[in-house]
Amino acid sequence: MSYLVEHPMRVGLLAAGHLELVGLALVVALALALPIGLFAARRPRLAPWLLGTLGAIYTIPSLALLAVLVQLFGLGFAPIFVALVVYAQFMLARNVVAGITGVERAQVDAAFGSGMSAGQVLWRVELPQAMPVLIGGVRIAAIAMIAIATLGGYVGGVGLGVLIFNGLTLHQPQMIVAGSLAVSALAILVDLLLRLAERYARA
Amino acid sequence: MNASVPGTMPPASITFERVTVRYPGSPKNAVEEVSLGIAGGELVVLLGPSGCGKSTLLRTVNRLVALSGGRVLVGGNDVAETDPVELRRGIGYVIQAIGLFTNMNVGQNVAVVPSLLGWNASEIDARVDELLRLIGLDPAAYRQRRPRELSGGEAQRIGVARAIAARPRALLMDEPFGAVDVVVRTALQRELVRIVAELRTTTLFVTHDVEEAFRLADRIVVMRDGRIEQIAEPIELFEHPQTPYVRELVHAGDEVYRRYFMRGRELLRAK
Repeated sequence: MSYLVEHPMRVGLLAAGHLELVGLALVVALALALPIGLFAARRPRLAPWLLGTLGAIYTIPSLALLAVLVQLFGLGFAPIFVALVVYAQFMLARNVVAGITGVERAQVDAAFGSGMSAGQVLWRVELPQAMPVLIGGVRIAAIAMIAIATLGGYVGGVGLGVLIFNGLTLHQPQMIVAGSLAVSALAILVDLLLRLAERYARA
Repeated sequence: MNASVPGTMPPASITFERVTVRYPGSPKNAVEEVSLGIAGGELVVLLGPSGCGKSTLLRTVNRLVALSGGRVLVGGNDVAETDPVELRRGIGYVIQAIGLFTNMNVGQNVAVVPSLLGWNASEIDARVDELLRLIGLDPAAYRQRRPRELSGGEAQRIGVARAIAARPRALLMDEPFGAVDVVVRTALQRELVRIVAELRTTTLFVTHDVEEAFRLADRIVVMRDGRIEQIAEPIELFEHPQTPYVRELVHAGDEVYRRYFMRGRELLRAK
């Protein structure tokens, strides 16, 4: 705790870097997961295979994946960023599929029957109704990403993981504790905010 | 008869020419070589058991089902040559499961097609109020309600209002009153007869309920196994059934049934 009190600026900056990493990765991950999820939702026979593949990727240990990514991209921001985007796919795409396929069949029939184009059905009927489930996926993904992003301190000198890994190297337990507490606080805060958003979308 | 209410399109005729539908992967045709002409403003009921192809035939009119053979004409135009989105905006569509959009309130549901057509906001508001009154619901009390707050009968009334909101040339109804209780069903049938008489919209109505068909129809089309068994006015169907199936379906020759069906029909139209 003492480290947190003595170095608020350093911890704050690293927390900001942590959030930036997770935020950017989340945006890119969503941009990929939305089309993947929509594609899967329209093809019920293909969906289990697609989600199964993403699920299999999700089970690769993060250190092992990072080792490969560092070989490809070198040390720095890139490997941890790519790792986060890859891990998030399963959680995000799965919830896109669940949200879209959860829309009542009759409403989709009525929407097409009313003369909506496929795009209008998606934007006016399917996505608004899938929104709570989608935000739920974002929430779960964001929390997992905040945890995994700690490894950014190891491979890229980014985020709150820097405190943890430096603390390990320098035998400074209070740095490790400070880093861990800050990561947890960040995860709890983001969880809370997205829960509120989820509730708002459901209303 | 005033066919020239401003903003009202003349009711469209609907013509089926040797219409055949086979669903992908199915060994037999869902609809086979059906030919049928429906005049503008007529209320025709497609009557038959489940799986007889009546819903499939209905859904060829707004191209929710693709033809394997033949042609469907709406207002003399081949639907295959009409953009499906544009076609559907001119044809009302009501289904048994209703399908009110749960992310919208009642007013927004009724306004769906007018807003797709780009009516301005004041026209839409006025039209929504007019329709809610037409179906017997107080606009001030119902506009803002969510679909989940409605009873089954109210929800289906809104479903009908949504379908006729943009003054369609034709109305397709797929077992619309099948899921509501008998008393509410009668009320909805009475309203439908009144509304269709008022709007003079060509209406194609699917049901498996013989009594409902006798109550509503100008003409009844009996279907079985994807084919038409008989096309006739209700009384004609009863008095001159052309196949054993029709005879059995309508209890032809049974005086009690004849009086029951005809009385139901009269009561529905009583002031």
